[in-house]
Amino acid sequence: MSTQYVTFRIGEALYGVEVMRISETLGHHPRTPVPLAPAGIAGLVNLRGQVVLTVDLRPRLGLAPLAPDAVSMMVVVEVDDDSISLLVDEVGEVLTLDDDQFESPPDTLGADLRELITGAYKLETGLLLTLDVDAALAA
Amino acid sequence: MDDIDDIVREFLIESYENLDQLDQDLVALEGAPGSRDLLSSVFRTIHTIKGTSGFLAFSDLERVAHVGESLLVELRDGRRQMDHHTTDVLLRMVDTIRDLLGRIESTGAESGVEVDAVVAVIQAALDGTDLGGTDVAEPAAEAAAADISPADSAPAESVSADAEPDVSPVVVVAAPAPVPAPAPAPAVVPALALPAPAPADVPEASVSRGTSDSSIRVDVDLLDALMRQVGELVLVRNQIAQLAGSDAEPELTRSSQRLSLIASELQEGVMKTRMQPIDHIWSKMPRIVRDLASSCGREVRLDMVGGDTELDRSLLESVKDPLTHLVRNAIDHGIEGPDDRVTAGKPATGVLTLRAYHAGGQVIVEVRDDGAGINPQRVAAKALERGLKTVEQLEAMATGDLLNLVFLPGFSTAATVTNVSGRGVGMDVVRSNIESIGGAVEVESEVGRGTTWRLRIPLTLAIMPALTVRSGAEIYAIPQVSLQELVALDTQKTQEAIEHIGTAEVYRLRGSLLPLVRLSDVLGQPRGEAESAVIAVLQADNQRFGLVVDKVLNNEEIVVKPLAAQLKSIGIFAGATLMGDGQVALILDVQAIARRTLTGEVADVDQHAASGRAVSSVPVTELLVVGIGSGRRVAIPLALVTRLELIAPDRLEVVGGHEVIQYRDAIVPITRLARTLGAYDDDAGEEIPLVVFTRGGRTVAMVVSEIVEIVSDDGAERSTVDDRGLLGSIVLSGRVTELLDVPAALAQVDPRFYDEAPVDLTTGEALHAGSRSAEMVGV
Repeated sequence: MSTQYVTFRIGEALYGVEVMRISETLGHHPRTPVPLAPAGIAGLVNLRGQVVLTVDLRPRLGLAPLAPDAVSMMVVVEVDDDSISLLVDEVGEVLTLDDDQFESPPDTLGADLRELITGAYKLETGLLLTLDVDAALAA
Repeated sequence: MDDIDDIVREFLIESYENLDQLDQDLVALEGAPGSRDLLSSVFRTIHTIKGTSGFLAFSDLERVAHVGESLLVELRDGRRQMDHHTTDVLLRMVDTIRDLLGRIESTGAESGVEVDAVVAVIQAALDGTDLGGTDVAEPAAEAAAADISPADSAPAESVSADAEPDVSPVVVVAAPAPVPAPAPAPAVVPALALPAPAPADVPEASVSRGTSDSSIRVDVDLLDALMRQVGELVLVRNQIAQLAGSDAEPELTRSSQRLSLIASELQEGVMKTRMQPIDHIWSKMPRIVRDLASSCGREVRLDMVGGDTELDRSLLESVKDPLTHLVRNAIDHGIEGPDDRVTAGKPATGVLTLRAYHAGGQVIVEVRDDGAGINPQRVAAKALERGLKTVEQLEAMATGDLLNLVFLPGFSTAATVTNVSGRGVGMDVVRSNIESIGGAVEVESEVGRGTTWRLRIPLTLAIMPALTVRSGAEIYAIPQVSLQELVALDTQKTQEAIEHIGTAEVYRLRGSLLPLVRLSDVLGQPRGEAESAVIAVLQADNQRFGLVVDKVLNNEEIVVKPLAAQLKSIGIFAGATLMGDGQVALILDVQAIARRTLTGEVADVDQHAASGRAVSSVPVTELLVVGIGSGRRVAIPLALVTRLELIAPDRLEVVGGHEVIQYRDAIVPITRLARTLGAYDDDAGEEIPLVVFTRGGRTVAMVVSEIVEIVSDDGAERSTVDDRGLLGSIVLSGRVTELLDVPAALAQVDPRFYDEAPVDLTTGEALHAGSRSAEMVGV
């Protein structure tokens, strides 16, 4: 068995989301910040006439949040019939990965990250961390 | 055709629709003879037609429907199986009914259609004496055709006998025209097609479209989709207009203007397709009123004015329940029983008026009764009893605002709980329902004269006019519905024009105090050092406030986009929209901002004056006005003050960290009013003014910066501000003056000052509560 993943980079790490969950990847769009929004909400973007929420996962991943005007690429994910855009540093290729390369996260991983990261694929170039988008984008 | 009255027309439209459905159902039923759903649907339709035709005295129609219904009862009760023949008979019944309806539509009467034959056929089927088994279909259908064709010409004479003579020649040709909709049963269709004359022969028919041809049913989803697309078009139009505006090319400008015009018309047209007259929900009211009036023992006449006022259908749905609730409430609590009314010198029959009209881009729906009215004091007493408000809060409220307490959750004025209303759910639900569609609800009442509930409803939800403003770097949209006016402040004026009451900012708008809210504060952002500012005067519920923004940009039509669930909890945004340049802007929820930033007691003075309910006979209170530095002025009810003194600064001494003074052979604690109210203490004068308060054996002295004057408070210009140590503010001698909460201020230095004589406390409160006290004592 194998699964296809769209890969992207946030900070140093390489992450993957199942290809079926991704509707598109896009370049930078200017974001409108939302005052008083919960941490991790990076603002709203105009996606061909639709107003789409953007999420910066960095705070959840233990990194410093992006500046409001920082240029960033976007991975648009379908969650509950809604489109939500993830801010990423770089979009990588789509990889087809064998399930036997997969391992669950180590016991030393903190509880809050364990919610987000479901496991890792051992690639030759490094690890690909798989994200649970539903948990990452839960309201 | 004009002489057909509305009820008949409604009946025709509804019946045509039902008949089309019936054709399909019958055919489907043949395929699935056991389906209870289909059978009961068919039965219901015929039953309705039978009932209504009986009511409208169309006896032939009733006869056909009646015998058909009997057949359907047998089917429904399982005493008969649906077979091909039965289907034929039933379809024939449908066709006959259709003919009858067509005749009624064109002549206003049903005579001229032969029904005996079809009744006989159905009766035969009912009796089991089938006229020829299953293969009877073809002949039967042709018989139907034969029935119709002669009917068109032969009975025309009989029509002319009892109908208008000038109509009868037309009738002959026009009658078959409404025989419409190819019936799904193939055997019947050609037969039906035969008697219809060539279109050339029916000039009249083409002039006025039949009722069923002039309106069609459209899937609401399709309309919603169209609405969305038009929204996008409006957006693109705005973009183009912006491009064309900056570019001087005349061709582009012309095209852009034309596009703008067409887009507007299209938008209007699409919006109209979703409009329905409010009659749709009013039509149920006479029945509700009748039933309710008799069960409550009231005599009520219902007047409905403006039933043709149209509303977006989704809005109509949301208005239905609140409106029904208000009508129930008006009968149950508003209109008195006949005896009480006569005693009060009013006619025994109460009048309940529903009125709908357009005003200022909104639809106003009024529910007015001429009943007992709402007594604001009873409302206040109830609010107190329910623990919704404290005495102090109530005292600070104007009479007009007291009425609005009925919108609080958990409020009900009904002395007894009835099964109609008065269970504590009600007006708050009405209000939240109306607000959820961007509307507002108001109440006006005069004791003994009646109550008017007024619903303000936007015309549509998807597109709305808004004012775009800038705060910091971002653009926000304020719905025009809430906007009353704009006040521009330039740099210098900003400093002077905005005055302070404690920490609260106010602006003097035509002599009354307008509480100010800074948008940057609401948004939790640093205040910009903007050179100028604009106050957007906003109306939320019955509160008016000024929202201070950096800059006003534009008036435009915006397309409302829903917010992601993650952002709804923030609670101050109503949605998002796209600007002409494609940028996303957030739409401010004015009601929510008002609720968040204004405590319930912050009432806007101007409103009370405007609503004409300013309390006229109020006890005049003498107020001592003192200065506390930084130009701030504080008023103290003179009745609470014992003495005024001027002392040398060196008489102040310090004991254990507290300032005291030796005063009349006692050690009197000192409080500095400026510090109590958070102002800067700029004494250092040669003499310090003291205000001395004495109660029983206790004395407290208060240091102020200066004694200004003693004035009379007539209680007219007053606003409350939720700030520690203050009761509110008043305009005295043309200046905003803060009204000191004396007990609170003195308690800081001597907590036991008011302990000893609680009776006096109420007197003190009654005094400082000023204008409201006389009315509220009863509470």
